[in-house]
Amino acid sequence: MSALSAVSPRRRRTDQAARAALGAGAAIALVPLVLVIFYLMKKGLPAWSWHFFTSDPTGSFLGDAGGIRSAIVGTLVLVAVAAAMSIPAGVGVALYLVEYGKAKRFAGLIRYLVDVMTGVPSIVFGLFVYTVLVITSIGGGFAAWKGSLALALLMLPVVTRSAEVVLNLVPDSLREAALALGAPRWRVIFRVVLPSALPGLVTGSLLAVARAAGETAPLLFTAFAVFGLSVDPSQEINSLPVQIFNDARQPRDVIVTRAWGAALTLVLLILITTVVARLATRRSRIA
Amino acid sequence: MEAGALEEGRPSGPRGLALRGSALSGLPDRALRLGLLALAALVLALLVFFFIELANQSSLAFSRFGVFGFTFTNNWDVSRNIYGALPLVVGTLITAGVGVLIGVPIAVASALFATELCPRRLKTLLTLLIDLLAAVPSVVYGLWGIFVLIPFLKPVQQSLADTFSFLPFVGGHVAGPSYFVAGLILAIMILPVVAAISREVITTVPAEHKEAALALGATRWEMIRMAILPYSRAGISGAAMLGLGRAIGETIAVTLVVGNAPQLGKQIFDQGYSLAAVVANEFGEAASVPIHRSALIAAGLVLFVLTLIVNAGARLYVRSGAPEGVRR
Repeated sequence: MSALSAVSPRRRRTDQAARAALGAGAAIALVPLVLVIFYLMKKGLPAWSWHFFTSDPTGSFLGDAGGIRSAIVGTLVLVAVAAAMSIPAGVGVALYLVEYGKAKRFAGLIRYLVDVMTGVPSIVFGLFVYTVLVITSIGGGFAAWKGSLALALLMLPVVTRSAEVVLNLVPDSLREAALALGAPRWRVIFRVVLPSALPGLVTGSLLAVARAAGETAPLLFTAFAVFGLSVDPSQEINSLPVQIFNDARQPRDVIVTRAWGAALTLVLLILITTVVARLATRRSRIA
Repeated sequence: MEAGALEEGRPSGPRGLALRGSALSGLPDRALRLGLLALAALVLALLVFFFIELANQSSLAFSRFGVFGFTFTNNWDVSRNIYGALPLVVGTLITAGVGVLIGVPIAVASALFATELCPRRLKTLLTLLIDLLAAVPSVVYGLWGIFVLIPFLKPVQQSLADTFSFLPFVGGHVAGPSYFVAGLILAIMILPVVAAISREVITTVPAEHKEAALALGATRWEMIRMAILPYSRAGISGAAMLGLGRAIGETIAVTLVVGNAPQLGKQIFDQGYSLAAVVANEFGEAASVPIHRSALIAAGLVLFVLTLIVNAGARLYVRSGAPEGVRR
């Protein structure tokens, strides 16, 4: 009988207070998001103009500060080269883990190391590339491709882990059916496993790209920053995050405004990539 | 089960051989297998090389000041080329600690609210919005921190410092950029990660446990406290530690708001420095001074080891998973 009696007032009050506290926690979690987006729009939009997107930063202390064209182009180049390096490698490692490694001890070790790589701070990747490639001046000092390599190291574990999940979702019955028809292993992988996992692979890779696009720290001492427009991976190159980082510490209002405009641009680029990534898996049957 | 046959990568037995035709057709198979194995081995080689290279480049600083001398001496004086990284190590730990103390409870609360208390439609929206926090790059948080958060928080920090000056490490003059502001930004940045893992962990609590608690007459909160939290404690601790690892390694946002003063702050509203921030900041000037450069790489190595320890701990927690949480 007692179990069916009404909850005591004290317990009810505790329950209500706890629920309110959890609700408040959820609400507080959203406050920074609202504030960041609000200020990005408020301070970033006024900076946008035709001139803003079509001119390079001048670097002069007086007069026209210039826009962010070279930064946008630079970010696209850096990320494209990084993607070209990290996506094949990341998917390859995942293929090894799923198709050949399975429960082997070596595969377990690799899985663990990929986990470890996820936790390495981005600036440490930058330092690594700096010590290996920049100090030794292999192919000159600072260069865009070295920045891309640092970004690629950052992306590799993200790509591998998401690809492993997706490849594991490909039903074994598909593989067995193809093998039973006499297809060799490599054809099974290229004609059956990869195509059926493709949407998920695209999503994982694009999410990694989105993450790399916003990284600043590894670029500071690998790709460096120049004001002028460059698309040559062997030269120093400008990028949106580095441009924002440098502009944010300038005393001139025009330049700080440019930082806000560039920040809004960067966040939009990342959001578009994220949305495209999510759309890629929407129509697929697995993942 | 059937993995045995799959593992070999080819049908076994004479029939399989007959079907494959020429002996050459096995070649692409072997090539692919070896190629992928090499790729995986590359990850291993890379990380080993990584460690050796950083250790090698930082040996100049470590041999001049000693490993302990470098890490635990309170004197970072660039002009006199003396490098003791204690203010940086402490700054890193304080800012990350503040970030975890503020960020984790909010993240767990939002995860509990999303999974247990709110209607399903709201849950999707809430999850999406919190995930959006992860899409904002570090440098944008930093920019926002300098120009919005610091001016707004300066009077707040001062009044907090005055009101709670009886507490240790609180009080005195407030500068604007501080450990506290950096911690707050870090709290925002680790929130989406910790919330996402916590949500995942909480959804693995068996429905039977929750239903049993409710059937015994528990209120929602009592159900959360008695059925959900004990079961997911290990997972949530792991999430918090992963968040700590992120916070320790975060560079750019901290560089922009921590004040970049290589000193041991006496209180949390003081300006300070962090390991990652010092590397990002002083790199330009250090490139031509070998001992300075080596000291910065050493700072990076200390940072690397710190995150390795924290992340290894986190993996242990996350892997050990639910049953251990229940046993306790």
